[in-house]
Amino acid sequence: MALSQTVYNLLFRRTSTFAITIMVGAVLFERVFDQAGNAVFEQLNRGKLWKHIKHNYESKDE
Amino acid sequence: WTAAAICISQSAKRSLYRYPPVFTLCFANMSFASLSRGKKVALSTLGVLAAGGAGLALALHQSVKASDLELHPPSYPWSHNGLLSSLDHTSIRRGYQVYKQVCSACHSMEYLAFRNLVGVSHTEAEVKALAEEIEVVDGPDEKGEMFTRPGKLSDYFPKPYPNPEAARAANNGALPPDLSYIVNARHGGEDYVFSLLTGYCEPPVGVTIREGLYYNPYFPGQAIGMAPPIYNEILEYEDGTPATMSQVAKDVCTFLRWAAEPEHDQRKRMGLKLLLGSAILLPLVYYMKRHRWTVLKSRKIAYRPPK
Ligand code: HEC
Repeated sequence: MALSQTVYNLLFRRTSTFAITIMVGAVLFERVFDQAGNAVFEQLNRGKLWKHIKHNYESKDE
Repeated sequence: WTAAAICISQSAKRSLYRYPPVFTLCFANMSFASLSRGKKVALSTLGVLAAGGAGLALALHQSVKASDLELHPPSYPWSHNGLLSSLDHTSIRRGYQVYKQVCSACHSMEYLAFRNLVGVSHTEAEVKALAEEIEVVDGPDEKGEMFTRPGKLSDYFPKPYPNPEAARAANNGALPPDLSYIVNARHGGEDYVFSLLTGYCEPPVGVTIREGLYYNPYFPGQAIGMAPPIYNEILEYEDGTPATMSQVAKDVCTFLRWAAEPEHDQRKRMGLKLLLGSAILLPLVYYMKRHRWTVLKSRKIAYRPPK
């Protein structure tokens, strides 16, 4: 309860901070969600994607 | 209808003084239990007949399909079959090698450019080297003449024949189709192409095959103008994988699947994210629905008769 009170008072109470919270939150959420999704997909398909095999073909000195 | 009406008025009378009237409609004369014995038997027979007829129609429909002359390919356990399974890029790379060393002698892939391979099966440096192996007619230069130059990343795969007529002339009149989208263009997709490549056999007794055609039970019409293109050890893979016939066919089919559907992996990646997103959104939407409906569900409608 105390936490949600602080969050409310700090972020949601004023329209300006509320809007900023939403925008920053969207960006953060998007990044976390995207990276989590990619990680799951790459885990599911381990060894099959180009990302996992390209080290076999890239020359060392590059 | 009279029975129903009586039923309503009775229940209404009974409840009028205690709670607001609830109109329970009971269609007594429409329920199965109240029918006469003969009608019950007739209705049951009708139901059984209808279900049996539908079943029979379904069975007949399927056996009609099975009587087709051509052999339908089995479904193979491709490593990219799953809802969230990507293509196997090592296999795509080998498949390109097969296409380049075998199929490209007869089949074009005119919608594929060298640059498409970058980041899929080869590094940029490798693809540049591959492209430089071919000669491309370019021009005109400042004197108005065409000239040849080594290929670039942006060039499309070279064609084996300058035009379809030349292709037909070189192949007994049969046109080798462009392979860019072949697995989407044939029923059965890569299962079909795999079966076709590995399915050549002796024609059954009594079937004669014209000169220059080959018997293949998977090809519609069974007589195909393509000579069996692959066999064991037809090439040597650069990664040392034993080049058995089925390995070669599997790799080239994976390559052709990628060629026909380059967005395949991205599509499944997005699908996964859609599922993850729905897993977050659906419970919220469900909660919201329950929340909104609490008002409707818990209201009471009272009837106050005018005084
Ligand atoms: C010797 C030339 C030649 C080579 C090499 C060759 N093909 Fe063909 N291919 C043909 C011809 C000709 C046809 C047309 C056959 C017909 O229509 O009767 C054909 C047809 C096909 C078809 C279409 C079948 C259909 O359903 O219409 C596919 C798929 C195919 N080839 C795949 C391949 C693959 C994959 C390879 C490489 C492993 C390959 N071919 C190598 C000549 C060739």
